[in-house]
Amino acid sequence: MSEIQRNLKGIYTIWYREILRFWSDRMRIVASLGQPLLFLFVFGSGLSPSMSGLAGGNMDFKLFLFPGIISMAVLFTAVSSAISIVWDREFGFLKEVLVAPISRSAVALGKVAGGSTVAVFQGLIILLLSPLIGVSLNVTQILQLVGLMLLTAAAMTSLGVLIASRVQSMEAFPVLMNFILMPMFFLSGSFFPLRDVPTWLEWLGRIDPLTYGVDPIRQVTLRGNVPQAVLESIRLHDISTDVLVLLIFWAVMMVPAVIAFRRME
Amino acid sequence: MNTIETRELVRKFGDLTAVDKVTFQVKQGEIFGLLGPNGAGKTTTIKMLCTLLRPTSGTATVAGYDVVHQRTKVRQSIGLVFQDPSLDDRLTAMQNLHFHAMLFNIPGDVFKERVSELLEIVELTERAKNEVRTFSGGMKRRLEIARGLLHHPQVLFLDEPTLGLDPQTRHHIWEYIIAMRKKEGLSILLTTHYMDEVEHADRVLIIDHGQVVALDTPERLKGMVGGDVITLKTENDEIAAQRLKEKFQIEARRVKEELILEVPRGDKFIPKLLSTLGNGTRAIEVHSVSLRRPSMDDVFIKMTGHAIRDEEASAKDGLRANVHMRRRR
Repeated sequence: MSEIQRNLKGIYTIWYREILRFWSDRMRIVASLGQPLLFLFVFGSGLSPSMSGLAGGNMDFKLFLFPGIISMAVLFTAVSSAISIVWDREFGFLKEVLVAPISRSAVALGKVAGGSTVAVFQGLIILLLSPLIGVSLNVTQILQLVGLMLLTAAAMTSLGVLIASRVQSMEAFPVLMNFILMPMFFLSGSFFPLRDVPTWLEWLGRIDPLTYGVDPIRQVTLRGNVPQAVLESIRLHDISTDVLVLLIFWAVMMVPAVIAFRRME
Repeated sequence: MNTIETRELVRKFGDLTAVDKVTFQVKQGEIFGLLGPNGAGKTTTIKMLCTLLRPTSGTATVAGYDVVHQRTKVRQSIGLVFQDPSLDDRLTAMQNLHFHAMLFNIPGDVFKERVSELLEIVELTERAKNEVRTFSGGMKRRLEIARGLLHHPQVLFLDEPTLGLDPQTRHHIWEYIIAMRKKEGLSILLTTHYMDEVEHADRVLIIDHGQVVALDTPERLKGMVGGDVITLKTENDEIAAQRLKEKFQIEARRVKEELILEVPRGDKFIPKLLSTLGNGTRAIEVHSVSLRRPSMDDVFIKMTGHAIRDEEASAKDGLRANVHMRRRR
C-alpha cells in the first residue's frame, strides 16, 4: 500500500470516528435541538412584533431568523468538533492517533472532514423544522443548502483545528467562546439584517467570515418563501461572491491549521 | 538480533536535560525494564523510541528502523500502552479496536481472527460491545494491551502499565504480558517505579536524573548489594553509624529515619551489633531491627544514594516535570 493510499485511509478513519461518535450520542442530537428551538420560537416570536418593520413590513422575523439559526448550528457544531482535539489530548486518546502510521496532515484533514460532515447533519436536523415556521424547500434548494453548509462548516472547522492545535488546555475554552465564537456569531447577520446598521457594525460584519455563510444560506432558504423584492432587500452579496470568500477563508485557515497540527508536541 | 538500539540518546527541554546520553540494546524476545523515580526520564525515553518526541541528539532504532527518519515503519512495528488511558470511552471496546485496525490498515479477516483471540486472552470477550466508560481501570488497561498487540508488533512499550491498579489486577496484567511474550516472541520494554515489577524483567536499566546508573539482570543487580540487608532504628542514628564504623568498619547508610547496612551473614551479625550499641560509655537504645534478603529497593538506594519512593521529593519532581511539559506543549 502506497504512502498516499495509507494516508487516504487514515483521513477516512478519523472521519469515520467523528461520524460514529455523533451517532452513538443520540441524546446530544436531541439536546442540541433545544437551543435553536428556543431562539426560533421564544426569541423569534417575542421579537416578531417589534421587528414588524423588517423588509418594509413584508416579512416575519422568524423567517429571517431561521437561516441564521441553521448557520448557528453549523458554526457551533463545526468548531466544537474541532475543539474536541483538545479533549482528546486531555484524555489521552490523541496519542493513539499520533503514534499510528499515518501522517499528521492526514489526521488534521480527517478531523476537518469529520467535523464538517457532522455540522451538516446538525444543520439538516434544524432544516427539519422548516414546516413549523412555514418554509417549504424543494430538492434543488436542499442540495444547494447542503453544499453551502458544507463549505461554511469546512471553513469553520479549519479555524477550530488551528485554534485547538495552539490551545494548551480546556481552560482556554471560555475565552475562545467569548472572544471568537460569540462575536463571530453576533456579527454575522444571523439575528438582524446587516443593512441600515451603524457603519462600524457594518464593517465588522463585513470582516466576519461567517457573514458569507449566513448570507447565501438565507438567500437559498427563503427563495420562493418570500417575495423576490423582499429577498433583494435583505441580501448582502451575490451567492457567488459569498462562496468565493468562504473558499478563500477556508484555504487560508486550512494551511496554518495543518502546519500547527504537525508541529504540536 | 537487537529490536531496540539507542546510542547516546539525549533530549532537552529548555535547560533541563530529561534524558542524558542513554545507550542500551534490547534483544528480541526480551523483557527489558526501565526503572527510576518520577521525572527520571523513563517516559521521555519511551516517547522518543515511539516517535512522539524527536531526540535532541543521538540515534535510536526500533525493529531496525530509525526513529527519526523512518517513523511510519517504526510506528507499524510497535505497540504501546501509555501511562494514562488512551481509549475513546464514548465508543465500545470493539469500536476502539476496530478504529485501531483501520489506522494500522489491518485487513478485515485478519482483524476478526486476531481480535477474538486477544479479547479471549485479556478476558474481555463478553464486554466487547460495552462502552469503554463503563470499564474499570484494570479492564481499560487490559483492553489497551489487547489493542497494542492487534497489529502484531515486534516491540511492546508499556509505560507504567499497572499504575493505579490494585495488587490483584497488577498480578493479572503481568500474567497476560508474560503469556504474550511466550506466544509471540515479542520484545517488551516497560517502565515502572514498582520495584517488585522489575523482577519479571530479563534485564533492568536503572535511570536517575536522565542518566544510566546500572544495567543488568535483576539477580546480578541484587548481587551487587552483597549479602543481607539490616535495617535499624535507633534513638540516635548518627552516633550509631559512627560506632558501627569504628567497631566493624561498616558504612551504614542513613535513609529517612533508618540506618541500612549490608553484611554477609545477617543472622550472626545482629547479636554482635546489639551488644556493641547497647554497651560502652554511652548506650544507644535500639528501637527496631530487621533482616532481609536484598531487594531492588536496596539496589536502587545503593546505586543512586536515595530511595526511589522518596515520596516528597518525587512528588515535587513530578510536579516540576509536569509544569515543564505543560509549558512545552
